Amino acid sequence: MKKTLRVNNSVRTLDVDDDTPLLWVLRDELELTGTKFGCGRAQCGACTVYVDGEPTRSCVMEVRHVGDRHVTTIEGLDSDVAQRVQDAWVELQVPQCGFCQSGQVMTAVALLTEIPNPSDADIDAAMAGNVCRCATYDRIRGAVHRAAGGAG
Amino acid sequence: MSDSSTQRSAESADGLSRRRLLQHGLTVGAGLVVGFRWAPGKAWAQAAAAEVAPNAFVRIARDGMVTVISKHIEFGQGSYTGLATILAEELDADWNHVRVEAAPADVTRYANFAFGAQGTGGSTAIANSWTQLRQAGATARALLVQAAAGTWDVPAAEITVEEGVVHHRASQRSAPFGELVEAASHLEAPSEAPLKSPEQFTLIGKRHLPRVDVVDKTDGSAQFTMDFVGDGVLTAVLARPPRFGGKVASFDAASALNVRGVVKVVQVPRGVAVIAKGFWAAKKGREALDITWDEAAAETRGTEQLLAEFRALLDAEGKVAKDEGNVADAFAKAHKVVEADYTFPYLAHAPMEPLDAVAQLKDGRLQVWAGAQLPTVDQAVAAAMAGLTPDKVEVHTQLGGGSFGRRATTDADAIGEASSIAKASGLDVPIKLIWTREDDIRGGRYRPLCVHRLRGALDADGNITAWQHRVVGQSIVSGTPFEGALVVDGVDLSILEGAVGFPYAVPNAYIDFHDPQVGVPVLWWRSVGHTHNAYAVETFIDELATAAGKDVVAVRRQLLAEHPRHLGVLERAVKEAGWGDPLPKGRARGVAVHESFGSFVAQVVEVSLDTAGMPKVERVVCAVDCGVAINPDNIAAQMEGGLGYGLGAVLHNEITLDEGHVVQSNFHDYRSLRIAEMPRVETHIVASGEAPTGVGEVAVPPIGPAVANAFAVLTGQRVRDLPFAKLNADDVFSGRMS
Repeated sequence: MKKTLRVNNSVRTLDVDDDTPLLWVLRDELELTGTKFGCGRAQCGACTVYVDGEPTRSCVMEVRHVGDRHVTTIEGLDSDVAQRVQDAWVELQVPQCGFCQSGQVMTAVALLTEIPNPSDADIDAAMAGNVCRCATYDRIRGAVHRAAGGAG
Repeated sequence: MSDSSTQRSAESADGLSRRRLLQHGLTVGAGLVVGFRWAPGKAWAQAAAAEVAPNAFVRIARDGMVTVISKHIEFGQGSYTGLATILAEELDADWNHVRVEAAPADVTRYANFAFGAQGTGGSTAIANSWTQLRQAGATARALLVQAAAGTWDVPAAEITVEEGVVHHRASQRSAPFGELVEAASHLEAPSEAPLKSPEQFTLIGKRHLPRVDVVDKTDGSAQFTMDFVGDGVLTAVLARPPRFGGKVASFDAASALNVRGVVKVVQVPRGVAVIAKGFWAAKKGREALDITWDEAAAETRGTEQLLAEFRALLDAEGKVAKDEGNVADAFAKAHKVVEADYTFPYLAHAPMEPLDAVAQLKDGRLQVWAGAQLPTVDQAVAAAMAGLTPDKVEVHTQLGGGSFGRRATTDADAIGEASSIAKASGLDVPIKLIWTREDDIRGGRYRPLCVHRLRGALDADGNITAWQHRVVGQSIVSGTPFEGALVVDGVDLSILEGAVGFPYAVPNAYIDFHDPQVGVPVLWWRSVGHTHNAYAVETFIDELATAAGKDVVAVRRQLLAEHPRHLGVLERAVKEAGWGDPLPKGRARGVAVHESFGSFVAQVVEVSLDTAGMPKVERVVCAVDCGVAINPDNIAAQMEGGLGYGLGAVLHNEITLDEGHVVQSNFHDYRSLRIAEMPRVETHIVASGEAPTGVGEVAVPPIGPAVANAFAVLTGQRVRDLPFAKLNADDVFSGRMS
């Protein structure tokens, strides 16, 4: 079915079934592969994107529910906060296999946009839904603090 | 590969396309790929001399870019960075101009010396590349020096190299590597060159050398197998038997073919594949399949039945792996005997990127893109599935989104499946097979279920006089090509490693094992046999020391007197952790020390209890001796990640079977460690001049027993039936001592 989708500041026309999860529209139709498939049931956070700025698990959001809201993927991050987060990720050498890190970065940027100086408890709460099988969590916590302007 | 979307998909951060480079190497650079041997010879250069390749492990381009060829896959453990560091060190390259590319499948140039085949595993990447890549870097450097000497007509001995620039100080001439490519391409690369002494190292051991893959892995541009798009790629999902050992009896594809986007449905050896335009259509197509399974040969036992059978074997004599002194006599004379049985569940690896592979069968050649952990094995299986000889199969190893052992299978798993689907489909476009997370959790190849029995004898002074250890568990290697390497004198190391290597000085020791046949496929799971053996050994030694009324560190120290590297990490961890210093109420320490894959790790943990009675690990002090420390920050990262991976498993994970059906299916019931559970980790690297050994697995074994030992101090309870999640909170709190 023809529909339009607003993604990363552009409008895309698509022919996809209504029940297709946003994740697979992004990956298979728009070839925006930075957003990852890890579980398919909102259990790991690898597919995190923003829908009108809200962190959303794209693997369980059917594309028909997106409507005319604006989707932002890792490829579309352009805020100062995002830059600070990504710089901190590199400085602290956070990623190992890297497969979950798009989702981690998306969630961290959303956290810092809402809470500029999060505590450890704020970080643990905000990042609780993002699984990293390589267990890079200690560095993620440090990098969020660093991006917030703390010591990290 | 020519449409813009594919090029975009293949762009890496340095602007070079991994896939295009491979193509370039295979077509224009046939001399490079086919003609290069790990032997002296004329340095290859293509007609335009855009690059020079002094040997099979490095190319240097006119723009100064140094490309290191990695025979080991990068799936998080840092192999690309570690291997590049070794080569770049001897080459005196500029780290900012070093990139890494996966080697093609070619056992003649890229074999793992520990396996014979080309592959990554057993934490061998650094150890088996150390000398090889130092020589590769040193001879490449010598070639560039020779080129400069010839160009400038100066003695080679007067030439120095620093950070990618060749200098002749006396005549004040210098040239970056790129400028010497043309001259070097006409010279013979030397077969040997002097290596640096450690005090000359400028990259090895440097703490802040950035990983080569970290930027791409932060902005979403890193390319994994799953990210293969364009070229008309189709997606496949495969319906596999619901129980291990089942097969397709018959199927009806009519409903699946009615799903919009489904292109084909084909039967392959592993099941029935639905090929579609995109994952979602393929998955819906699979759900619409009507398959009748033949389960005549399927494994139908459940976990309880398997455990009952395994536990019965604990009472039976097994195959003897070690028999020293006189154990029977020592037990007969013992002042005190301690006995404990342990149960370790099946564990799934659950890498973040589920298994996947892209296969394209076109014009009699098969191309495979995958996280190929055993490239030459994968190549052979893919060839067999496609009805080709291996020389017609090109394996393009991609970044792996984790593995933990999962991508190293002798039946090539997803790669074999994708190749069989490509063959059965009759299509010549790339077909991308994706496993769902449910496919992954229910797909077998687990860490084996096993049970242990330990018996220890103490004399009147509390000395340990006898040690008896029996293990019951499936062999990982029996009937595979790895059997020859890992079954030594009848001792199956895939079951017993970490038990037979028992380092403690006990005069009488007896170790035996049973390897029952079960139809559940098993596999190496990060640190393999060490995962359960270290838990049993390191908690039991603690239990014996406690039963003797002795300090658990003092006992280890005494019994490890002949093992300086064990002792070295133990002392370091104990010192840095402040062993014996007062702790806040409700907190206790535990310790474990273990050698695996030639590296030594000790961990001291501080543990409290959460409201559910589960251990909360607050702090881990980890000491590691892995020989020469190539990348200290990556060593620290692997200690953090390894112990985090191990901690998640001992706290939460088990795969169970109900009449042969796997009960768990996804991260909601196969729970991963989450950020709030991750302890603060302090890693200390013990300085060593020994040849480097691996770090990818070695932090896993000690964490479970260290936590269990602390938990025993805190609650008085010994956890011998993993995972901890099986504990009942009321039991924990009612038995709590402090």
